[in-house]
Amino acid sequence: MNRYLMNTFRFLGLLALQVLVLNYIRINGYINPYVYILYIMLLPFGIKGWMLLAAGFVMGYSVDLFMGTPGLHTGATVLMAFMRPTIIRMSTGAQESENLFEPSLSKMGMRWFFSYSLWLVIIHHLALFFLESFSIAQIGNTLLRTFFSVIFTQIFILLLMLMFKSGSKKTERLA
Amino acid sequence: MYNLLRFLQKFNFLLLFLVLEVVAVMMLAKSHTYQRSKIINSSSSVAGYFFTFRANFADYFTLQHTNDLLVKENAELRRKLEYYRQFEYPIDTLHSKTDFEYIPARVISNTVHLRNNYIVINKGSRHGITKDMGIMSSEGVAGIITGVSENYSIAISLLHKYANISIMFKHTDQLANVTWSGPDFRVGNIVDIPTYVNMKHGDTLLTSGNSLIFPEGIIVGTIDEPIESAAGDMNAATMLFATDFNKLKSVFVIKNNNKFELNSLNNLRPDE
Repeated sequence: MNRYLMNTFRFLGLLALQVLVLNYIRINGYINPYVYILYIMLLPFGIKGWMLLAAGFVMGYSVDLFMGTPGLHTGATVLMAFMRPTIIRMSTGAQESENLFEPSLSKMGMRWFFSYSLWLVIIHHLALFFLESFSIAQIGNTLLRTFFSVIFTQIFILLLMLMFKSGSKKTERLA
Repeated sequence: MYNLLRFLQKFNFLLLFLVLEVVAVMMLAKSHTYQRSKIINSSSSVAGYFFTFRANFADYFTLQHTNDLLVKENAELRRKLEYYRQFEYPIDTLHSKTDFEYIPARVISNTVHLRNNYIVINKGSRHGITKDMGIMSSEGVAGIITGVSENYSIAISLLHKYANISIMFKHTDQLANVTWSGPDFRVGNIVDIPTYVNMKHGDTLLTSGNSLIFPEGIIVGTIDEPIESAAGDMNAATMLFATDFNKLKSVFVIKNNNKFELNSLNNLRPDE
């Protein structure tokens, strides 16, 4: 499929999943999985810097529009998009990723994808919950919420990746 | 000039990041009067449209239950109608306005898990809704309107710090007040019960009609557990709400046609 079309579908699909379904899931009253950031994680490796940031901005702002929190998800998602090249550099030993088109579970392997997504989820959620509470006084509570939300978001992201796993079994390199 | 361009080129990623982040934080800071942003955004046309869209879907899953409720309510209304037929009198066409009117509305956004919960409904000033009107579901009292836009309204639900309504015991007509301190959305508190009022588990509580918001006799809930005061002044009790706030779908907004008249009467009280 055309890669632009593919990314557009992914954008719309994840946005719909987030605002129509996942926002209504409340684990233990407070904890919401935020899976829409998977869109930023799966953008091509070779994407231009400004496009990456713009994608983060548009995705974050769309989610904000539905949740009635202007700027909150935008800020967190832009920060995450900004950190993405650094995380990729950190988590790729050799420059093998240069040859691949975009991050994926089947091509990069479970271990690589797990640490890659976990770092980005932590960055995003920390920014999100600190922007939301906007105070250092409640830092314990904020960190606790971040911790639990990170777990649930990470689980949802890995489940989604396993569900939509592309490629045949032979490329599987489960750690 | 050349150096500046080179600088911009070299750090464009960082600079764009900073610009976007500043924009985001500014948006966030501007919306920081939390309550107002809640109203504007939940009631604004874009989000309102999509919440309606979602509610349209979600409603199908509770159709069966909604039907059951409607059938029950119909039966109850018919029974009452028969009862009132006995008192039928020639209709006065000049002054036929009733004291209270009921405007049906649909809930498009509702929470039960926060300390202060809000209900957003799909009727607004265009449909004659104003601030301080009551909201009830077919099961019982639900909340009070606090903000109105053209097509939508926001209400504090009974599950809110400031929700405090006057009730009476069905059998004795004694007055008390209902509050909610969370976290269980099924359980409220009754305070200010005189010690001489006998109560037991299951006693029915109705609105007292003392405020201009709710008419007399709408069910609020039933007593769960009486709590005797140690000091011997006012008893308290926990109650079970008649309304199931977790599946609030269709509600009625209660409009008091005599509100202005009653308000102006209250202003005539002599100063003390």
